[in-house]
Amino acid sequence: MDRLTVRIWRGDAAGGAFAAYEVAARENQTVLDVVSEIQREQEPALAYRFACRVGMCGSCAMEVNGRARWTCRTHVRRVARPGEALTLRPLPHLPVIRDLATDMAPFFDKWARAMGSFQPKDAPDGAVPEDFAVVPPGSKARREADAGIECIGCGVCHASCDVVAWNPDYLGPAALNRAWTLVNDVRDGAQAARLAAVSGDAGCHSCHSTQSCTERCPKGLDPSSAIAGLKRRLFWDALLGRRG
Amino acid sequence: MPDRRHPTYLAFLAHRLSGLALALFLPLHFWALGQALQGEAALEGFLRWTDHGLFKLAEWGLVVLLALHLAGGLRVMALEFLGWRARQKDMAALGAGFALAVGLLFLLNVG
Repeated sequence: MDRLTVRIWRGDAAGGAFAAYEVAARENQTVLDVVSEIQREQEPALAYRFACRVGMCGSCAMEVNGRARWTCRTHVRRVARPGEALTLRPLPHLPVIRDLATDMAPFFDKWARAMGSFQPKDAPDGAVPEDFAVVPPGSKARREADAGIECIGCGVCHASCDVVAWNPDYLGPAALNRAWTLVNDVRDGAQAARLAAVSGDAGCHSCHSTQSCTERCPKGLDPSSAIAGLKRRLFWDALLGRRG
Repeated sequence: MPDRRHPTYLAFLAHRLSGLALALFLPLHFWALGQALQGEAALEGFLRWTDHGLFKLAEWGLVVLLALHLAGGLRVMALEFLGWRARQKDMAALGAGFALAVGLLFLLNVG
């Protein structure tokens, strides 16, 4: 059976280097399958992260041959030609804990800074509202909110964003996509505070619209347009004096 | 080196680099205009010098840069102000095509 060479970055926050492994090159194997095989058969100390293995949890993202990807849904044959090696690194733009496992805390802290949690209009303390708001599924407002709602928080867009590399404080595509989803949620009551939170120096206006986030999102979402939506909203609010 | 090979990244690069090149050209532009302050002869002398083939080639480059920057800017403004999220790759290709067409039009009128 043919062999597949896999170069894996091993190390921690202090630094590291690549180590090479070999596994059987199978017809059908995902990058996560390969990493799991190496961890189980050859390198028990290898650190990486996964949970669902079916593209729902967003925990297995890594950099595969220079591009951030969800590894559980990435087939090796899609990213490496026969005979070509796989090169795996931890997700860029986040602190490394060890090997392929990154600390996702800064990523989710940005969601909190962008006010990514739903704030019901009629229950300002976050309690469950007394009555359900009726938002017809076909309405424009609902469709706008739906556009970015399937985010699984894998961090691929954040890892693919050059602006995050230039300014580590930049909220990034995922947090801003979440904020835009809530800006479009007619039931949400924290719009002014959220728009203020995403309009700072490290907010939506830092985006250069290179659209790497949209290009790389494994769920096919369009954070770039979400950020453009936030910019547009803030522009008109500022122009028409709607901001307090 | 992260993999950035996708059309809208190229469009971003073309827009940014053409903008920088145009900014670098501006001092030359103002200097040329400033020749008029030295009198008609100075400006005329400079303008004669611009008839050289090499200068025409540089002028063609300038026109293409301007067209690239204009098209790239319009694309980003359409994305951000009009929310045109669909067909971004086609829009980037259209921008490049526009710049090419403007460049050809310029070449047809040279001489």
